[in-house]
Amino acid sequence: MFSRTQTILIPVISVVLGLLIGAVVMLVSGYNPIEGYSALLRGSLGDSFYIGETIRQITPYIFAGLAVAFAFRTGLFNIGVEGQLLVGWIASVWVGLAFDLPKIIHLPMAVLAGAIAGALWAFIPGLLKAKLRVHEVIVTIMMNYIALHLVNYLVRYVISDQQNTTSRVPESASLKSPFFEALTEFSTMHYGIFLALAGAIIYYVILEKTSTGFELRSVGFNQNASQYAGMNVNRNIILSMVISGAFAGLGGAMEGLGTFGYAFIHGAFSGVGFDGIAVALLGGNVAIGVVLAAALFGILKQGALIMPLQSGVPTELVEIVIAIIIFFVASSYIIAYLLQRFKKGAQ
Amino acid sequence: MDYVIEMLNIRKEFPGIVANDNITLQLKKGEIHALLGENGAGKSTLMNVLFGLYQPEKGEIRVKGEKVNITSPNIANDLGIGMVHQHFMLVDTFTVTENIVLGMEPKKGFTIDMKKAERDVKEISDRYGLRVDPKAKIADISVGMQQRAEILKTLYRGAEILIFDEPTAVLTPQEIKELIQIFRTLIAEGKSIILITHKLKEIIEVCDRVTVIRKGVGIDTLDVEGATPNQLASLMVGREVLFRTEKTEAEPKDVVLQISKLNVNDARGVRAVRDLDLTIRAGEILGIAGVDGNGQTELIEAITGLTKISSGSIKLSGKELSSYKTRKITEAGVGHIPQDRHKHGLVLDFPIGDNMVLQTYYQRPYSKLSMLNNKEINKQAKKLINEFDVRTPSEYTQARALSGGNQQKAIIGREIDRDPDLLIAAQPTRGLDVGAIEFIHQRLIDQRDKGKAVLLLSFELDEILNVSDRIAVIYEGNIIAVVNPKETTEQELGLLMAGSKKKEEGDIKHV
Repeated sequence: MFSRTQTILIPVISVVLGLLIGAVVMLVSGYNPIEGYSALLRGSLGDSFYIGETIRQITPYIFAGLAVAFAFRTGLFNIGVEGQLLVGWIASVWVGLAFDLPKIIHLPMAVLAGAIAGALWAFIPGLLKAKLRVHEVIVTIMMNYIALHLVNYLVRYVISDQQNTTSRVPESASLKSPFFEALTEFSTMHYGIFLALAGAIIYYVILEKTSTGFELRSVGFNQNASQYAGMNVNRNIILSMVISGAFAGLGGAMEGLGTFGYAFIHGAFSGVGFDGIAVALLGGNVAIGVVLAAALFGILKQGALIMPLQSGVPTELVEIVIAIIIFFVASSYIIAYLLQRFKKGAQ
Repeated sequence: MDYVIEMLNIRKEFPGIVANDNITLQLKKGEIHALLGENGAGKSTLMNVLFGLYQPEKGEIRVKGEKVNITSPNIANDLGIGMVHQHFMLVDTFTVTENIVLGMEPKKGFTIDMKKAERDVKEISDRYGLRVDPKAKIADISVGMQQRAEILKTLYRGAEILIFDEPTAVLTPQEIKELIQIFRTLIAEGKSIILITHKLKEIIEVCDRVTVIRKGVGIDTLDVEGATPNQLASLMVGREVLFRTEKTEAEPKDVVLQISKLNVNDARGVRAVRDLDLTIRAGEILGIAGVDGNGQTELIEAITGLTKISSGSIKLSGKELSSYKTRKITEAGVGHIPQDRHKHGLVLDFPIGDNMVLQTYYQRPYSKLSMLNNKEINKQAKKLINEFDVRTPSEYTQARALSGGNQQKAIIGREIDRDPDLLIAAQPTRGLDVGAIEFIHQRLIDQRDKGKAVLLLSFELDEILNVSDRIAVIYEGNIIAVVNPKETTEQELGLLMAGSKKKEEGDIKHV
């Protein structure tokens, strides 16, 4: 459909257009876009503390983006990343609090618990899709709400004693990194970023290099031909959701064991899971693309916190920029068309 | 003013290939002009140039003597050029009328004047004898009727010149007859027709003149009157073509496939195969003749495990298959060239190379410890691409980008290469040109000569009579006769297929 250069150019141009139009919005609303954007950059990459915070922010975005992208690539639309992330979060914290083990066992166990919880949460919509052809979008949306309220209940009545937060996970189950903290003037940066990058590599290997990935992609493109070729279509639908959910659950574990170190009652969704849809879309559903898109989102979101203080531009401006970027990626035909016109004009 | 359309010395290049090289096609008013060429010869490219989808690098197009520049299908429409595509461009959930007026709806205030639209459609439909119900939903009408809706669409837009891309490929023999009648009415009403095809019989039956292209180059334009199928075929292929496939007498050996008392329901739960018995031996080709919809599809899906059977038994070399899943059946030695290559045969978004290992990707050498070995996969793909003359820029090209004939050759290559004990070939030559058909028939016969069993399902009686060693006639889900192709005629088969002669009437069961 699009050429190779186009698949790379489209997201890049979308980002440029998003920033340009964001600048216009700033101008129209009476702000100085240069000041706004430089404040945004300072607030995300300006010194080691902000860099640390930005990297910490990127970590769950990578996992959420991988989760959505994995489902996309195998023909499914997982809107339930938010819920899977929340159950992954609580499960990892729970395991972190419930056991007293040496770190070398405890931490992997807690991280794995997050992955398994996310996977189980996604297994349900996968099963319903495979067996009863219930559309996964509907089920995953509803599962998000169940997750939100279930997790809040667990925090208040099961894991804590009617508190709004759980206790902190012990050092043996924590991703916190004194090394990074020292390096980044005590930002909340933790070891999770390595797991996220490893996740991206695993994503690539599963999807592109294994026979399982071959099957998953085949089923995503054409169920009839996959069935003809002897693949178990239903099994692959479930497996795809489970792997997607595991990525989401890991994103939750990063928050639970790294960023915060505990779980708390959420008044509303964290939004990371939903941003994952945008990350996957911008990243073209490939591993490296998701990492880059997550980095961009991390920079924008982190910088947005400082922008109002330093330049007076409200945080919401970043939401507008993100929305415009997504608009252009989603309507990539417009850019493809413009590129074509541009080419012709040059001839 | 002799010609309504002139395409003079057209050249169209794509990266790496010249699809059209110096082709000239001139269409007279009121004639049916055939455009004949092998799969991938450049017929569709040429017509897409005329329809404004591609811009030629060289050459010019004249409409009624005037030079024109067709840069989009809209301009082609305005010039009175309409195209009936091979794969219909219809919205399934809309009615015939809604599809026809789509994009140019008659308005009444802010609403669509559907009454007027229906009247207009009905009026055109009657004038050309199309007999289409304007209110019917596309999803509910037959393929033949859908094609007529496409024809109506072009006529509604005022087309004077109609291009038909392989219009008979999807039709039953009866529908083909009716389509030819429609062609004649269109001509009588002053339209001109370009017919893209590689079916020589049709050209000789309906066309006035024919332009032959081969590998992108215009070969000749000649009057159909006086031309013979042999002459046209050799012009198209560039060598002599044998119409009867040469083969020796079959030497059937052990029973490979034994089906007894098989009952299968179709997707709606209606019994499609009833108490069917069938035996195929090693070293023979059994042809199944029948009118479409008499249980052929369900029979094949049952053998290959795509559909559950209701009762009965399917044995492959004595092993019961009916409880197996598709993968196990494939591994047991069944190859399957499916009827619908887009639905079942290929993952169109995969590279053609990956499609070559669609059933074997998990086996060595294509996978080791569930890691894919792309080197081996591409080696296999290259081998099959060469051996079966699949024309593709490379093994990395998306299957979707290949022409229909080349997609089919890729599937056939894949299935034959696995060397299955039982090869099921369902309409293996649909949409292929004579050269490719000859090649595929030869490969089926080679399999037979190697001592494999071949089950051939085809709606083309020529093919059934030519290739099979025995012919089983299926009617309403039952094999009503098994005949010897040497002792039967098209007429007898036709009667059997229509169900007018039953087995119990006596001596039809020759074999």
